[in-house]
Amino acid sequence: MTSAQIEIQLIGMVVAAACALPGVFLVLRGMAMMSDAISHTVLLGIVLSFFVLDDLESPWLILGAAAMGLVTVSLTELLNRTKLVKHDAAIGLVFPALFSLAVILISRFARGVHLDNDAVLLGELAFAPFDRLMLFGTLLPRSLVVMGTILLINLVFITAFYKELKLATFDAGLAAALGFSPALIHYGLMGLVSFTAVGAFDAVGSILVVAFMVAPAAGAYLLTDKLKRMLAYSVALGALGALGGYWMAHLLDANIAGSMATIIGILFLLCLLFAPQRGLLASSTRRRRQRWEFAQTMLTIHLLHHEGTPEAKVENRLDHLHDHLRWAPAFAHGVVQRADERGLVQLENGSLHLTEAGRGLARTMLADRR
Amino acid sequence: MNILDLLASLLFDHTIRTVALGTATLGIVSGVLGSFAVLRKQSLLGDALSHAALPGVALAYMLTGSKSSLVLMLGAGVAGVLAILLLVGITTRTPLKEDSVLGIVLSVFFGLGLMLLTFLQRNPDARQAGLNTFLFGQAATLLTRDVLTMAVFGGLALLLALAFWKEFKLLSFDRDFGASLGLPMGAMDILLTTLLVVAVVIGLQAVGVVLMSAMLVAPGAAARQWTDNLGRMTLLSALFGAVAGVAGALVSSLGSGLSTGPVIVLCISLIVLISLTLAPNRGLLWNSLRQWRTRRRLRSDVVLENLYQMSSQHADPTHPHAVAALEAVSGSGAVRRSLQDLQHRGLVAPHANGQWALTPQGVALAQRQQQAAKPAEERRHD
Repeated sequence: MTSAQIEIQLIGMVVAAACALPGVFLVLRGMAMMSDAISHTVLLGIVLSFFVLDDLESPWLILGAAAMGLVTVSLTELLNRTKLVKHDAAIGLVFPALFSLAVILISRFARGVHLDNDAVLLGELAFAPFDRLMLFGTLLPRSLVVMGTILLINLVFITAFYKELKLATFDAGLAAALGFSPALIHYGLMGLVSFTAVGAFDAVGSILVVAFMVAPAAGAYLLTDKLKRMLAYSVALGALGALGGYWMAHLLDANIAGSMATIIGILFLLCLLFAPQRGLLASSTRRRRQRWEFAQTMLTIHLLHHEGTPEAKVENRLDHLHDHLRWAPAFAHGVVQRADERGLVQLENGSLHLTEAGRGLARTMLADRR
Repeated sequence: MNILDLLASLLFDHTIRTVALGTATLGIVSGVLGSFAVLRKQSLLGDALSHAALPGVALAYMLTGSKSSLVLMLGAGVAGVLAILLLVGITTRTPLKEDSVLGIVLSVFFGLGLMLLTFLQRNPDARQAGLNTFLFGQAATLLTRDVLTMAVFGGLALLLALAFWKEFKLLSFDRDFGASLGLPMGAMDILLTTLLVVAVVIGLQAVGVVLMSAMLVAPGAAARQWTDNLGRMTLLSALFGAVAGVAGALVSSLGSGLSTGPVIVLCISLIVLISLTLAPNRGLLWNSLRQWRTRRRLRSDVVLENLYQMSSQHADPTHPHAVAALEAVSGSGAVRRSLQDLQHRGLVAPHANGQWALTPQGVALAQRQQQAAKPAEERRHD
């Protein structure tokens, strides 16, 4: 590996980690699409700040651009509060307008100052090592410094306001009652998202910022119920996606950020399928098991109902279950076999007898119903 | 260039006319189908769909080697449908909220598409099918053939929307009722969403991914302000979409750097802004005017009541009082203004020395108001 390759992977991981942290709160609070809106409109912030400062390198540019993220949030809320349009429409109206304004301003007035639409939308991680910055006596890649700082800010903010964020996310009413201003926490979080989006812009482009923010957090949400673990998993998934994505891009000679987003998406898909509790596989296994268990209970209740009555000879037979419980023969066999293994019933020449355990189960279930 | 020249170019300049026809078609189709999306709270679905189309376009090109817009549109359509299936599947089977899933589908599909396209671009032949086209659209290069394709697909989508009008209406307003009538609401949902995919796909070439979402939200949101009737709303939405499309095409022909897509979005945003402020009944301007009137009316009612109360202490209910006294009682600086309003309504009249008194009508009204307020007053004391 060359040092440039290592640097790109490092930048990718730092970007992913910085995005994954606020992403957790966006996902939990149902505001994931705000990251889409913000990551588009910060472009207008960059353009306007550039017109004022006339310098693309100025650190104030980040502040100006992040401020536009907050403007987007406020405009959306303002529009939402008029009750004239629904929340999702408010987002869908505000950001395309601001974004279009930015695109027109760039192509009309800011041509040729390394601010073209492609670069800004798609980012180019491959060039990141060439843009360097003197810091502590060494030349470091600018993106690494910027994103490292933003990662640190995110970490500090989330650690410092962990309790407030947690409460406001899970019980906004209680948070307000305890005197935490929901608006302050909301705008603080949105400020964080805006900052991170502006910083990640250069590296991965505005659209993929959404992938870095939402997908790892959503994957982590499928893995755990604990907020702290979710934050850790989210960062881990993001970083893993960045690493894997780099090597896939290397293999295919394709866009690095796009590959990273793809791998992050694949990691999410893996969580979706295999997460221990909430994964699709786990829940379908659980459903299947519940189906068998329910059928066995049905069987014991049916047998108990007819036990000791004259019609028991007819009713309590394996081949009768098809008529009575509308079970296909194969399913009925499966149920009886499982019930037999659990010691609930005994099968003799096609007739079914309850064991003491089976009788107990049926009685408990019937008692519960009453 | 003045406005007449501009309109003349619409008629006689072949390129501008073609572009305007194309963007107007798009505006109509997305206006009609977007109305349903707005009503069904699916405004951001268009955003997700248009981003998700990218890998479809890339894969269609990879598999066929063809850059014909029909092939690419087909790829985009397939990717869009796949995105919706994923979206619905994940949202119904996991505790994840819909917007998270939208965000993931949107951005991961886009990332995949970006990866595939850059992978393809190593092949020099593919280079012209650049990303810029797809991102911002290339309305300016629309050919008659493209417009025809858009019109055919869009027309089909509109015909289907018309044929299933009743079902779509039920789907948007009372899905359960529709289901109880025995209508296949699930199938209708799929059909309507597929039509939305069609609208997105035909719009991609003209305004591009990023701005297609606005074309699905904005016309419907604007039209919603003017009417409560679905039919009228849809027609109006189509009209707004078409006007924005034509205006965008014209304005962008004026100068370089005015890409058609973004200009159209700004035009439709302006229409939304006007609708939000000026639409009768719902509009913000009328709303605040109404509130202001109510406040003013309430204020003058208070003054009327105070004047009546003060006069009641004399034998004569039309006994005049000084403004200063009224101001002291009413505790508001707008007493003079209210008195003028009341005089205008014939309820009070000025007297000598700047004093004011109730007219007989004023006395009658004040008595009526007191009677009306009494039961509530008594209830409060119970």
